[in-house]
Amino acid sequence: MSDIETYKKELLAQGAKKIFTKTKNLTDTPFSYCGGCGHGVVHRLIMEVVEELNITHDTIGIAPVGCTAIAYEFMNIDMQQAAHGRAPALATGIKRTMPDKYVFTYQGDGDLAAIGTGETIHACNRGENIAIFFVNNGIYGMTGGQMAPTTLPGMVSSTSPYGRNMDTHGYPLSLTELVAKLPGTYYVTRQSVHTPANVRKCKKAIQTAFENQKLNKGLSFVEIVSNCNSGWKMTPVESNKWMEENMFRSYPLGDIKLPQ
Amino acid sequence: MGEDIQLMKGNEAIAEAAIRFGVDAYFGYPITPQSEIIEYLAYEDPYNKRTGMVVIQAESEIAAINMVYGAAACGKKAMTSSSSPGISLKQEAISYMVGAELPGLIVNVVRGGPGLGTIQPSQADYFQSVKGGGHGDYNMIVLAPSTVQEQYDHVGLGFELAFKYRNPVMILSDGAIGQMMEKVTLTPQLPRENKILDWATTGKTPDRERNYITSLYLDPEVQENHNIKLQAKFQRMKDTEVRYEEIMTDDAEYIIVAYGISARISQTVITMARKNGIKLGLLRPITLFPFPSKRLFELSDSLKGILCVEMSAGQMIEDVELAVRCKIPVYHYGRMGGGVTSSTEVFEKFVSLFLK
Amino acid sequence: MNEDILIAGFGGQGVLSMGKILAYAGMMQGKEVCWMPSYGPEMRGGTANVTVIVGDNKINSPILQEFDTVIILNQQSLNKFEQSVKPGGKLFYDSNGLTTLPTRKDINIYHIPATKTSVELGNTKVFNIMVLGGLLKIVPIIDIQFIEKGLYKSLPERSHKLIPLNLEAFKQGEAIVEVIQEL
Repeated sequence: MSDIETYKKELLAQGAKKIFTKTKNLTDTPFSYCGGCGHGVVHRLIMEVVEELNITHDTIGIAPVGCTAIAYEFMNIDMQQAAHGRAPALATGIKRTMPDKYVFTYQGDGDLAAIGTGETIHACNRGENIAIFFVNNGIYGMTGGQMAPTTLPGMVSSTSPYGRNMDTHGYPLSLTELVAKLPGTYYVTRQSVHTPANVRKCKKAIQTAFENQKLNKGLSFVEIVSNCNSGWKMTPVESNKWMEENMFRSYPLGDIKLPQ
Repeated sequence: MGEDIQLMKGNEAIAEAAIRFGVDAYFGYPITPQSEIIEYLAYEDPYNKRTGMVVIQAESEIAAINMVYGAAACGKKAMTSSSSPGISLKQEAISYMVGAELPGLIVNVVRGGPGLGTIQPSQADYFQSVKGGGHGDYNMIVLAPSTVQEQYDHVGLGFELAFKYRNPVMILSDGAIGQMMEKVTLTPQLPRENKILDWATTGKTPDRERNYITSLYLDPEVQENHNIKLQAKFQRMKDTEVRYEEIMTDDAEYIIVAYGISARISQTVITMARKNGIKLGLLRPITLFPFPSKRLFELSDSLKGILCVEMSAGQMIEDVELAVRCKIPVYHYGRMGGGVTSSTEVFEKFVSLFLK
Repeated sequence: MNEDILIAGFGGQGVLSMGKILAYAGMMQGKEVCWMPSYGPEMRGGTANVTVIVGDNKINSPILQEFDTVIILNQQSLNKFEQSVKPGGKLFYDSNGLTTLPTRKDINIYHIPATKTSVELGNTKVFNIMVLGGLLKIVPIIDIQFIEKGLYKSLPERSHKLIPLNLEAFKQGEAIVEVIQEL
């Protein structure tokens, strides 16, 4: 028995009450994400929803390229790892050949809104009955904080060291508002996980995205605005504050397209 | 009831074979000279009318091959087809498929290049096909049909080999074979299998650990061991999957080595040579990887020379030269950029190289 | 023996489908067949040609430089392919639209006035089957019954009602072919 199990037993023997259990859909591998990063929370929410809906044996997830390329190390379900940007194409291949399964992609802003723009838009436009979870932190985290399509005007990154200049770098790209205009999307929403209340709302959105797959009415798209405190070079607390003050202005939270 | 014989274009034969061999999904994107494959499938509508096979016109060649990846990772028989520029785009995902050990079939109906090139037939994608093509150390079995019947048969064979080795297989065809019509003996309809494979991502059931499909191993030691395992697989292919055809090599003093449409052209050259009392034979590789190197080495003891005929600047010739280890002269003859060799040209070249 | 045939004309003249009917008919008669089109970016109006090989032996190269029989349906094709007839071979042409005529002395030459005849009959769509009729009268490699079977096999069902009309035109073609020069 592991130390942790022994410790748990001891606590329970002393009369401790169990108030939280990690979902079985997460492995025991500790998250390798930076402290204060939203990925761990989003991973947990998705895996909890899959467990609560009792669809673990019918769910296939797709990890992208970026910080979450190894999402399958943590998510204890069947997973595929995609080439950079191609997750919606993989999801299409899975869902079309196994229409009864629940399929989701987990993608960052560089993956979904830069290199994978084509795959994202066309999967949305075909109305694939999948869920896309899009974690937007305005930067390339894994490769060391380069400018992303979602990087805000004036924001400093390692490839926009003097701040994002729209004359040369173009404008921040909000794919979420864009795909909401496509008839193939059924549900489009923007959430965050930086406060307990937001976590609860985000979980509800994730649940809706899975439940929608049974309806065969189109794609569910959930953006989660998150921080990248390492890439932004801030403490976790500072980064959440900065996110509220800056990111939410460009990427306002709330539902963008609800089922008619 | 006699045999089911149809007159078909090479491209149509691939499409019909996909349905008849029980393929689960085809993902494609239009490009000349192979668009008849997706057009035929769209017309036949197997999803609704025949086997339930999925047919999708993707937004790009890249998306198409990644759809193959997704379906293949679920253990499905999935395929795509394209022509040279489109195949270049697919190379990234092919490398990923090999890395992640996924079966699948890629058809390349080769056209002239480089760049946008021409829509006329070519064989200049040999290197790209047999030496990897994408990044990393890898190979895949490459089948080279030279008749419309073989276009059909190689779809079945390709999937058999792809699943045997959990590795993609390529059919390396060309614009001439894709566009021409010949008789094809069709095989009976096979059902789609819907097998649950133990490695595939079909949903984690409580009785097993999760399956994950990846080509990412950040630890160099693990990545190296993964590479060693892959190389052992490629070696097994070399040991067991070499396929070739020999025509009149028994008494040959010279042979032509040629595949695909060039082999057909060369068959006529053999006839011309024999009429002139020249002992010329033909070795036609059916698998380009693995290459029939061992057989060529054996044959070279009794040969005076080899002529490689390819519609390229001379790519396969490198494998032929390696195979015979410079024991005998090896020459190349071919046309490039969509130019098609004639039998007369080849025969005259042969005579001038070896008999003058 | 295999018969190597080239049909050359404008795209839209039915060159490729004429070759297909020949190949289908050959197949129905149990022969080896190969149909090899020239293909290009043109949909209509450009030049088109197709090689058809029909015979009893396994077909080697489908890419040929000279032919036993060449059918010429426009001036560009005459300029390009008159020299591709094997010595002693046969050249068929429809004089409609030609400004020059074949000049070779070492080949057999035949004229099939199919455009004119089909216009007179009021149905230009049967032009190509009329040419086939003329061809097979002189080069009897395929029986008419197999042409009929080939038509049933190659045409979509909705076009089957037109087959009797096509067979009439085929016979018309047999009747109108004229010898210009025989060795």
